[in-house]
Amino acid sequence: MAAQSSPHPRPSIGRRKIAEALFKVLGLCSLAIGVGTLVLLFGALLVEGVTRIDWQFLMSFPSRHAAKAGILPAWVGSTLIMLVTAVVGVPLGVAAAIYLEEYARRTWMTELIEVTVTNLAGVPSIIYGLLALGLFVYILGLGENILVAGLTLALLILPVVIVTTREAIRAIPVEIREAAYALGATKWQTVAHHVLPYSAAGILTGIILALSRAIGETAPIVTIGALTFIAFLPPAPITTHPPYVSFDWLLSPFTVMPIQMFGWVSRPGEDFASNAAAAGVLLVGMTLAMNGVAIYLRYRMRKQVTW
Amino acid sequence: MSKSVVAMQEAIRIKKPDAKAEAAARRRARQRRERAIEGGLFVAALISVATTVTIIAVLLSESVGFFRTVPLTDFFTDTLWTPLFADPHYGILPLLAGTLVTSAVGLLVAIPLGTVAAIYLSEFSSPRLREVMKPTLELLGAIPTVVYGYFALIVVTPALQRLWPDLPGFNMLGPGIVIGIMIMPFVISLSEDAMRAVPMVLREGSYAMGATRLQTAWRVVVPAATSGLVAAYVLGISRAVGETMVVAIAAGQNPNLTWNPLEPAATITAYIVQVALGDLPHGSIGYQSIFAAGLVLAVLTFAFNILGHMMRKRFREVY
Repeated sequence: MAAQSSPHPRPSIGRRKIAEALFKVLGLCSLAIGVGTLVLLFGALLVEGVTRIDWQFLMSFPSRHAAKAGILPAWVGSTLIMLVTAVVGVPLGVAAAIYLEEYARRTWMTELIEVTVTNLAGVPSIIYGLLALGLFVYILGLGENILVAGLTLALLILPVVIVTTREAIRAIPVEIREAAYALGATKWQTVAHHVLPYSAAGILTGIILALSRAIGETAPIVTIGALTFIAFLPPAPITTHPPYVSFDWLLSPFTVMPIQMFGWVSRPGEDFASNAAAAGVLLVGMTLAMNGVAIYLRYRMRKQVTW
Repeated sequence: MSKSVVAMQEAIRIKKPDAKAEAAARRRARQRRERAIEGGLFVAALISVATTVTIIAVLLSESVGFFRTVPLTDFFTDTLWTPLFADPHYGILPLLAGTLVTSAVGLLVAIPLGTVAAIYLSEFSSPRLREVMKPTLELLGAIPTVVYGYFALIVVTPALQRLWPDLPGFNMLGPGIVIGIMIMPFVISLSEDAMRAVPMVLREGSYAMGATRLQTAWRVVVPAATSGLVAAYVLGISRAVGETMVVAIAAGQNPNLTWNPLEPAATITAYIVQVALGDLPHGSIGYQSIFAAGLVLAVLTFAFNILGHMMRKRFREVY
């Protein structure tokens, strides 16, 4: 039968096998380009920058002399801004996700919220920068400081937190909720005592991923006047006299790691390039570490949890 | 809460004379608390709507000031963009061309490589390799864009200069390629999702007819996943168009109306960064011009995002 329709089946099979083998090589090559880039990128940064990373580099202010310059204000700024971003962005994002998953009825309002969340996730980060410049800096008159940068990045990570938290909450089987209701728990009791604790690992994964995105963001911070040359630290949050806590640092001018790196990349000269590479090593190292933790958490979760 | 449970609670408390009233008060308090919590959560959810509305409002209100000075016809037809010069011209075309050329180079890299890699991961690779590759690609997508910018300027462009010795230090090709590599993980991940959503029976039918894996992948899975693949490309375009730091660092700062990727040119995003780095007074035309440029960028990405999500919904609904 087969012989009638194609008189020489064997050569055709051979050809198809060769095509398949070729495609496999092609596929592996494409993947290798992706992964190879990661290796090449990190390698280039390491070669250029690793010798610059020492205690002096971490603990110095920027300087006109590349060899004396350091990233102290940059990492302090990044840390403080992440603090603001996490304190503002995480509760809002988780709350919004709880509302959408557990409370929201199918109305046009819910539909509108979901559409905007999806859309915000795709808005280029520079647009958030323009939003912050127009809203926080000029309309609300908050100035160009750590608070505004933190709020901007909080808005930026909101969609990420919402989407990942919703996924984590959705993975909790409905029987858990039914059991809680059957024992007389209210909706909020069910959410707070059961749904949230069981999905905590998933939510945490999302939060880490979101913060790792925020820590590397440059564009939205540029527009609200981050400086690349800053020779002082924000005021300390803990003071020696009562009430021992100060929030003056929120209103301090700032710089962050990616901005510092951008400033060095844009300056001509071999020395500044190696400073930029050193900052890049630290940035990439931090992102990889945060993502690694998140991926590990997710992996463990998948292995352990069987409902 | 059902009536019987309430009745039971009341029966338990029946010994106390004022138990009924007490229980009712407690119930009311609890309902109030529940409603307050729901209200609070709803307000948090509304922030995304508020953010969207504010983005549109801010971009529009600042652009209105800009378009009072600059007629729309100039904006779309003038071939020079020099808002900060003594003789200002406000034609968005040079910036738009820069954005389109770098994005096009990026897509020429990301779409073929991403599609082939996604087909391989979805149809050929062992589950083990897939388990390893997906998080690795995720890592690639998580690296700060400023680092990719450094990579474009210090590694990719010098490498390209060996091929084209007269390639300038700032050009659109290098950053374009880097943008392509940057959005590749995103394209792979979305395309793979689309292909994995194709039901197994279609593949089994194809294998039963004697097709090889490649034939099945190319003639059955890819056509069945077309709308998902197109969605992945469209969302990739939106990413490429909005990419900022790579082009701000490596593509140059001068608006340049050209379609040649070997030349330097500023993009819309690079222009915004350049102006924002300086110190322009609020209300000046230069300040307003970044909002007008931002409005064009937002409209472009909104359009691509909406199109992409519509296509994604379609592939979900087919099966």
